[in-house]
Amino acid sequence: MQHIRAHVLVCGGTGCMSAGSGKVIENFKTEIEKKGLSDEVMVVETGCHGFCEHGPLVIVYPEGTFYCRVTPEDVKDIVETHLYKGRIVERLLYHEPLSLEAVPSYKDIGFYKKQERRVLANCGRINPEAIEEYIALGGYEGLAKALTTMTTDEVVEEVKKSGLRGRGGAGFPTGLKWSFAKAAVNEKKYLICNADEGDPGAFMDRSVLEGDPHKVLEGMAIAAYAIGSDEGYIYVRAEYPLAIKRLRVAIAQAEKLGFLGENIFGTGFNFNLHIKEGAGAFVCGEETALMASIEGRRGMPRPRPPFPAVAGLWGKPTNINNVETFANVPLILQKGADWYCTCGTEKSRGTKVFALTGKINNTGLAEVPMGITMREIIYDIGGGVINGKKFKAVQIGGPSGGCLPESMLDLPVDYDSLISAGAMMGSGGLVVMDEDTCMVDVAKFFLNFTQSESCGKCTPCREGTKRMLEILTRITEGNGHDGDIELLEDMAVNIKDSALCGLGQTAPNPVLSTLKHFRHEYEAHIYEKRCPAHACEKLASYTITDACKGCGICAKVCPVKAIAGDPKRKHVIDPIVCIKCGACMAACPFKAIVKG
Amino acid sequence: MSMENKCCCGGENKEKIKIDEILAKYVDTKGFLIPVLQEVQHLYNYLPKEALEYVAVETKTPISSIYGVVTFYSQFHLNPRGRNIIRVCQGTACHVRGGKQILEEVEKELGVKAGHTTEDLRFTVETVACIGACGLAPVMQINEDTHGRLTPEKIALILEKYE
Repeated sequence: MQHIRAHVLVCGGTGCMSAGSGKVIENFKTEIEKKGLSDEVMVVETGCHGFCEHGPLVIVYPEGTFYCRVTPEDVKDIVETHLYKGRIVERLLYHEPLSLEAVPSYKDIGFYKKQERRVLANCGRINPEAIEEYIALGGYEGLAKALTTMTTDEVVEEVKKSGLRGRGGAGFPTGLKWSFAKAAVNEKKYLICNADEGDPGAFMDRSVLEGDPHKVLEGMAIAAYAIGSDEGYIYVRAEYPLAIKRLRVAIAQAEKLGFLGENIFGTGFNFNLHIKEGAGAFVCGEETALMASIEGRRGMPRPRPPFPAVAGLWGKPTNINNVETFANVPLILQKGADWYCTCGTEKSRGTKVFALTGKINNTGLAEVPMGITMREIIYDIGGGVINGKKFKAVQIGGPSGGCLPESMLDLPVDYDSLISAGAMMGSGGLVVMDEDTCMVDVAKFFLNFTQSESCGKCTPCREGTKRMLEILTRITEGNGHDGDIELLEDMAVNIKDSALCGLGQTAPNPVLSTLKHFRHEYEAHIYEKRCPAHACEKLASYTITDACKGCGICAKVCPVKAIAGDPKRKHVIDPIVCIKCGACMAACPFKAIVKG
Repeated sequence: MSMENKCCCGGENKEKIKIDEILAKYVDTKGFLIPVLQEVQHLYNYLPKEALEYVAVETKTPISSIYGVVTFYSQFHLNPRGRNIIRVCQGTACHVRGGKQILEEVEKELGVKAGHTTEDLRFTVETVACIGACGLAPVMQINEDTHGRLTPEKIALILEKYE
């Protein structure tokens, strides 16, 4: 047998691919060939390592040396110095943002230290297009155990005992959900995987599908066995082409080895899986809308009951879970509910994957035990706020969630604590905001999103979100007036109470939570006509400082002729004529124009 | 374009044959409408009226239902689109890292607003609410390529590369 002495793992996730990892892989292959190392060094394209900020990422095993921001030009150096001469390429190592120290090994990096990678364990470690690698790490053991040694009741009980709750946002207990679908009497039942990850700022589902697709397939097969379904759908966003491709490869491989399809493990259990590509509608993440979309109709929600477990897809009993939820299931079956419970809190067991984005040093995916504090996630794993700015808020849960201020950073992150703080787990997007972010603008941003994604079926959501957006726009443009805040609050409560589906019921959350924690920012916009973060263009004012050399460039670029001054003398801006476009500031070669 | 069997030159109508092939693939599939429309759109780059009418007749689906679906999903387009599709991300992470300025620069550079196509059909500008490359924010996608860590100054150079 061929002896491979080193493995070069190159991240092939979307983040790293966008940063150019495709060319990096190509160059590794040619350079290794040139050096005649092809028989002893293997190049593997893996799924996402989660540390997208520093992509493209390359890890060289057996040492586990972690190289970041590797450009195609750097490859020659790595092959020459590391693989050929056995020395580490210092300049490509990761440097901790605070201590500036170089960290050679993967596992010593602050970003990974506090993580508990269960769902993401294989992401970045295996080739997602090789089923053998998944099997070698214990893959499909859970399914084999369920099918050959357990009754369907026992499987549901085990999942109930594990305390697993839906990772899509609402946190409904998974085992309980399965028991409803299992109890439904019908010759046909469907199982659906919701991979319509629509929350802006969340990309963990995509990472799992791209980096470890078999884990999701195995979880689905176990669920199908438990509830008595023989047909399933994975509803994936069309915006995730790589995930779709990897799923297709994975399904074909699993069918070939008899883990999917007819007579699985020779037990007589059949399960066939289809992929449905979404067509671009955020509301299709809502389960009844998702089913309407699979049926080929407009993706509009319908009132519940009847719940999908009673009458779902094509009127048949249906069970829907999210990608991350399914990815937890094989572990529960393989290692047992007791093992699963060793991590997390009393009411929120296991881990949760968060997508850290925004004004944070370490953007990426982090899987942490439930109950960890927000501060640990943002500072220990995320490396704090970029450019040494002051932390202002963290937005959690996407358009349905809320913003938490500095004073709530020691809150344990679990389903119930977040709800009581006015936010929600959502799909796990964490967007960090610094002192330059205006909270009214953030609320407007989310309302703008939900308003344009509202399907239009029910009036509170269709009209209500539009009216709220109008008020917020007015406030950010300096036209807010007394009573606006109270009107927003009143509408928010009414929309929450009366909208048809989760989209409308949670749409006012970003407004309510910013009002709760940052009311003074709203008041500054309305009563003092100023934006404390200097982010709202219409409320900004531009002034020319003494650094002005009188070159006249600003006067030339000003579209409304608001700037005047003699040559070589300090110029002035007429605030009444100025339309606050910022063109002068961008054009000034002496940085003499400031926004205040 | 018409959906006659014969083209004006007397030959077979190739586009009709292609739509027939798509329909044949989904003949027994439940929930066929969206995948059929996705494939038809792939054929033309948008959904021409005549093609929709043809699908309606062949599948015995009311044209009103088809229009209902087409106008509901952001992926479907009723007008011809540019050779290069620009999707400027306006997701949360890109928003707080200046995604709006990127969009404004693209609009300024091409002289069209988001949702529109340049007259020479070179570019269509769209916005998207997150492509999941938040680590590279702010980002935009042109066709299959993702461009990350953008600044307004980089835009003109990037656009130049697309014909």
